[in-house]
Amino acid sequence: MGKKIMTVDDSSSVRQMVGLTLKGAGYEVVEAVDGQDALTKLKAAPVDMVVTDLNMPNMDGITLIKELRALPSFKFIPIVMLTTESQAGRKQEGKSAGATGWIVKPFKPPQLLEVIKKVLG
Amino acid sequence: MSVEIDTSAFTEEAYELLSELEASLLELEESPADQDLIGRVFRAMHTIKGSGAMFGFDEVAEFTHEVETVFDMARNKTISVTKPLIDLTLAARDQIRSMLDAAAGGEPADKENAQKIIQGLRALVPGATGAKDTEASAKKPPAQASDNEPHVYRIRIKPNADIFANGTNPLLLLGELRDLGEECQIIAQYDDLPPLDSLDPERCYTSWEVFLTTKQSENAIRDVFIFVDDQCDLNIRLLDREEVLGNEVQKLGNILVQRGDIPEAELEKVLKPIGDRLVESGAVSSSQVKAALAEQNAIKAKRDKKVQAESATSVRVPSEKLDGLVDLVGELVTVQARLNQTASSRQDHDLQLIAEEVERLTGELRDNTMSIRMLAIGTTFNKFKRLVRDLSTELGKKIEMTTEGADTELDKTVIDQLNDPLVHIIRNSIDHGIETPDIRIANGKNPEGLIHLSAIHSGASVLIRVEDDGKGLDPVALTRKAIEKGHLPPDTQLTDREAFQLIFGAGFSMAEKITNVSGRGVGMDVVRRSIDALRGSIDVISELGKGTTITLKLPLTLAIIEGLLVQVADELFVLPLAAVEECVELSRQDVTNAHGRHVINVRDEIVPYIRIRDRFGIEGDSPEIEQIVISDVDSKRTGFVVDAVIGQHQTVIKSLGKNFEHSEEFSGATILGDGTVALILDLSKMVRYVEAEEDLNEPAAA
Repeated sequence: MGKKIMTVDDSSSVRQMVGLTLKGAGYEVVEAVDGQDALTKLKAAPVDMVVTDLNMPNMDGITLIKELRALPSFKFIPIVMLTTESQAGRKQEGKSAGATGWIVKPFKPPQLLEVIKKVLG
Repeated sequence: MSVEIDTSAFTEEAYELLSELEASLLELEESPADQDLIGRVFRAMHTIKGSGAMFGFDEVAEFTHEVETVFDMARNKTISVTKPLIDLTLAARDQIRSMLDAAAGGEPADKENAQKIIQGLRALVPGATGAKDTEASAKKPPAQASDNEPHVYRIRIKPNADIFANGTNPLLLLGELRDLGEECQIIAQYDDLPPLDSLDPERCYTSWEVFLTTKQSENAIRDVFIFVDDQCDLNIRLLDREEVLGNEVQKLGNILVQRGDIPEAELEKVLKPIGDRLVESGAVSSSQVKAALAEQNAIKAKRDKKVQAESATSVRVPSEKLDGLVDLVGELVTVQARLNQTASSRQDHDLQLIAEEVERLTGELRDNTMSIRMLAIGTTFNKFKRLVRDLSTELGKKIEMTTEGADTELDKTVIDQLNDPLVHIIRNSIDHGIETPDIRIANGKNPEGLIHLSAIHSGASVLIRVEDDGKGLDPVALTRKAIEKGHLPPDTQLTDREAFQLIFGAGFSMAEKITNVSGRGVGMDVVRRSIDALRGSIDVISELGKGTTITLKLPLTLAIIEGLLVQVADELFVLPLAAVEECVELSRQDVTNAHGRHVINVRDEIVPYIRIRDRFGIEGDSPEIEQIVISDVDSKRTGFVVDAVIGQHQTVIKSLGKNFEHSEEFSGATILGDGTVALILDLSKMVRYVEAEEDLNEPAAA
């Protein structure tokens, strides 16, 4: 089977769009609505990659990335953040938290797949 | 030998250019001011001239040069594109073609004709100064190819030790770099690798040097590292230019040997590669030397490439080689079916896995191989433009031909054999279908007739349609004529569709007078036979006064068909699935109800059937309930009675060999998974045989 990717976003339309794109490309997809939800689900069943939004209720993306990087099974997996703002500051914050790369919203499915291919192989 | 191959490449290309030339000329006739088209015509001739001279076709080159000269004036608007010019250029095209044919061993080209064409062309030039130097005007600025030239880059990547902490896999980045270019050499540098006891496996100690030959810009390379630009040292340098272009100076050692100062052996002794010596002296590490060597190699490779001719993007292969490949793939499909059957009977999981894998690969191989032989039908269509133009002028009719689906692909063998039938059909449409302009006007039609040629895919078949808006076929007149000629018993009632099929009978002609073009009653039966040979079918729809549409349904390929495998006693047969419409049961009761006639009532429709058991004299009793496979044969529903229907079967067609070539009821044979042979039935031939025999047995009835 294809690799498993978790998509974390509080907007269901974004989750749907990311989910459909990834499934269409042959990946297995699990969804989470915020950082807290993602962390709980990931501790139960690990994935090969995480695509996360940054601004979310309960636990934001930056915290999620930090929490994940502290766990042995998520230390080295690719984590890509979805940013609405393309400012360097936010990106830098994510990078120092341990994000592998970023995608600036709004994006098109091919762009998403390109980034996934880049970091996941 | 090699010379022969080269010229065949030229002639093939030239033939292609000629048909392109023809198409462009015909289009140009429609829009004479189109500079694009004029340019295309000019370029086609220019290429023929250029490569003709290169391959020793001097006659072709000289002749083409004359034509090109005149067209160059059209290109420079010195003269305008007129009908005489197009007529002459078309004639010139034909002349070039016959010159090429002559070179290939055909009849010698008519030299006088060539002179006539040239004189005609020169007469079009104002002042008739004859040939002007075209080379001056054809001169182009030196091509700026530098943008398309690949460059060699040296890329040094030294990631920060903590790069893994961000989930980055540097190997993926290297892979991405490799995908950017044509050639890529990667050398890893391990100099920073600490001793094992102090090595932290979560840190990255390796750096890389990459020599990439690519047409991409430096920015494209930098883009690969977009997520890690702050996490690694990246150094990109464009290598070629001075390194590649610079001339080599002779080495000192070589000079000494040449001067006889030292013997060569002495030189060899001291002349260790400089890399080894430097490593020995401790100046550099061995991986640094390796990187430097790779750099040297990348530049060398680049320099060698420059000498080579431009790399080809496509390969010309004789079609026999492809036929051989298709045969082999056919064999492979058969063996694969056997493998599947064996694997599933063995209950061996491992074997089944392999069998599945082989099945997948075979399928892909088959599709790929078939697609190699596929050609667009467009070139064939273009030939007809010329045919329509010439014929309509000859017959004093005005006809416009439109085409659709020129890029539809068909097996080359099918396309090759399709030309003649289509010529016949189109000739018929022009001669019998389309009326003369005055009659058309009297009937309230556009004086200009229309012939529409189209091709579309439909499942595993291609539909080729020839539509005209001519006078159409009269089913009543057709039936009457057939009865008059004794093709049909008197008082026969036919449906319109059946009546239209009459035009395919041998010796059948509706033309009142015989013309040059058609009307001798040969033609349409030839069409039928050719299409049969291609395992295709013909359908005619016509409305009196409105026009006729002839649809040819052709299989995509001749080598493999989808078949329906059926059983009669111990014998297996394959019916082409494309013709099969449905399967219904036939009980003893149904047979009794029909009072000995071979017909069955299917949803209030009477369908005649043929019992395969009786037809082939297979012994044994038929089962209580038999199966009828109802098929569409020449637009009529006909049933074929068998004991059992086994199922769909992908059939690789094998010919039956010389001894059986007259058994026309079979179109071939196939080998099943277990090695059994099944015969493939030619349904329309079977129906025709049975009909003929019935006519003999009971001439009065029917």
